[in-house]
Amino acid sequence: MDWTAFALSLKLAVWTCVLLIPASLVLARWLAWSNARCKPIAEALLMLPLVLPPTVLGYYLLVGLAPTTLTGALVGAIAGRPLVFTFPGILLASLIVNLPFAVQPMQRAFEAVEPHLREAAWVSGLTRLETFRRVELPLAWPGVVSALALVFAHTLGEFGVILMVGGSIPGETQTLSIAIYDRMQAFRNGEAAAMAAALLAFSFLAIAVVHLAARRGRLVRSEHGHGDGVRR
Amino acid sequence: MTLRVALEQTVPVALNVQLTCAPGELLALIGPSGSGKTSVLRAIAGLSMPLRGRIACNSETWFDAAMGIARPPQARRVGLVFQDYALMPHLTALDNVALPLGGLTKPAARARAAELLTLVNLEGLEARRPQQLSGGQRQRVAIARALARDPAVLLLDEPFSAVDQMTRERLKRELVALRARVTIPIILVTHDLDEAMALADRVAIMHRGLTLQSGAPKDVRLRPDSPTIARLMGQTNVLNGRLEAPATAEQPGRLDFDGMKLEVAVTGGYQAGDAVAWLIPSEFIVLHRRGRPSQGDRENPLAGIVQALTALGEQTAVGVRLTGASGHVLNFRMPTHAARRNDLAVGAEVTLSALGQGIHLMRPDSTIRDSTV
Repeated sequence: MDWTAFALSLKLAVWTCVLLIPASLVLARWLAWSNARCKPIAEALLMLPLVLPPTVLGYYLLVGLAPTTLTGALVGAIAGRPLVFTFPGILLASLIVNLPFAVQPMQRAFEAVEPHLREAAWVSGLTRLETFRRVELPLAWPGVVSALALVFAHTLGEFGVILMVGGSIPGETQTLSIAIYDRMQAFRNGEAAAMAAALLAFSFLAIAVVHLAARRGRLVRSEHGHGDGVRR
Repeated sequence: MTLRVALEQTVPVALNVQLTCAPGELLALIGPSGSGKTSVLRAIAGLSMPLRGRIACNSETWFDAAMGIARPPQARRVGLVFQDYALMPHLTALDNVALPLGGLTKPAARARAAELLTLVNLEGLEARRPQQLSGGQRQRVAIARALARDPAVLLLDEPFSAVDQMTRERLKRELVALRARVTIPIILVTHDLDEAMALADRVAIMHRGLTLQSGAPKDVRLRPDSPTIARLMGQTNVLNGRLEAPATAEQPGRLDFDGMKLEVAVTGGYQAGDAVAWLIPSEFIVLHRRGRPSQGDRENPLAGIVQALTALGEQTAVGVRLTGASGHVLNFRMPTHAARRNDLAVGAEVTLSALGQGIHLMRPDSTIRDSTV
């Protein structure tokens, strides 16, 4: 068992969730109710990582981040060092790859909130921010939980893009899924099997814990009979 | 605290509306589906922005297109009860009612919300969520929430449409009781004429985005400005004729209806020779006792054949096809026992009187039959 790779995978998943979920929340809320003309384009762009082969995405990221290119030089200047084959580099790749997994469930959840409820909140004197906090977010909460579970599990399992952008540097960019590939290439099947089983179990556990937490939160709040509990 | 509303727009629905509603007055906005009633409420609440017009409540201007004033819903102090009630499914009845009470401390807001729930007879159900409440209870929560804002005007959008008949009657009684305690303008949107007649001090008729006529329910029903309004008020006996002589202080006017001469008590400003539409409300039609002449037989006698007879419990709806070339049908209601006593049956020959005091003259519509009515 490669604990370094395991820790790295975990670190990548946590950072991806922490950075991506809040940003996607804002984006999903905007997409759900916007009539902007650019909305279909924004939605198409968001869905791209879902349909593109990881190699295509990885290629563009690699080229875009390479210090020899203009964008790469710019990013390197901002970050203080080139991002290819580094942890921030694979984090950036992970954020882009996970965008549809974060935005989609939350967008659907916001779309399912009755427009009348928002209007009722406004007529009740709630500002738009209060309406978001006290009406929209609690009602869309299951979507947020789904997004969290999806992004976390998906990051643990991401392989192609990470390999392209990060290579396979132990302790820096070699995540668990890449470590498994690495061991298989080296005919160390026993180690690969152990790590594969670990990843399987851990992914399942991560999703189950998030869903259980959401369910329990709902039950506790509804038993008390007040507060901002969610029932759907 | 009089509410004054003047609106004009072409999209999304055409509107041209003038309304006033005095404090403590209940104004029913009535009209068929799609006539723009709900759009008017949304404009008053600030949920939609008309093209032109002005909305003012007492000295506060909420909207004035010419002056560029358009207060958001949050700054209008409107209590709005949505047709589907729009209760927050994730909040209890108490928290729903406390929603507009953000200005108070949490305990004060909860106390006030509990007070309002008691006012609408929901004490004991504070902890229930909307899906655990019946339709009538939900409506009460919605009204309590609307009142929680201490509104300057209360707007009710078809508040009785989502509940069953028995609940509806009880809720109507509660609304009447509630009115005694709130002295703000109340606007009730409904397509139910009986509801409007029973509850409203004043009605305003809406049709295709226009407010056509407003006044006391009885006046609008018996003295409509046009045949269209008459039909919107549920009147079916709207016919055409020609005024032969206007009424004077000494004698009634005379109306020519397909060669028959009818006496009319009030002829308004119409002159001899004017083509008019005339209305005879159901309650001014008297069926003569069959086989036995009785009082009033001489007033505007009309003969015909019963063509429809529908028992509606205590009342029976009767349709009589008038004898003569025109063959118009007059519809009226009479007590079922009276229909029985007279042996009324489809095909029976009858005579009736169209009482002159009930006949109301109007300018004919350019289109005689209105397709939407």
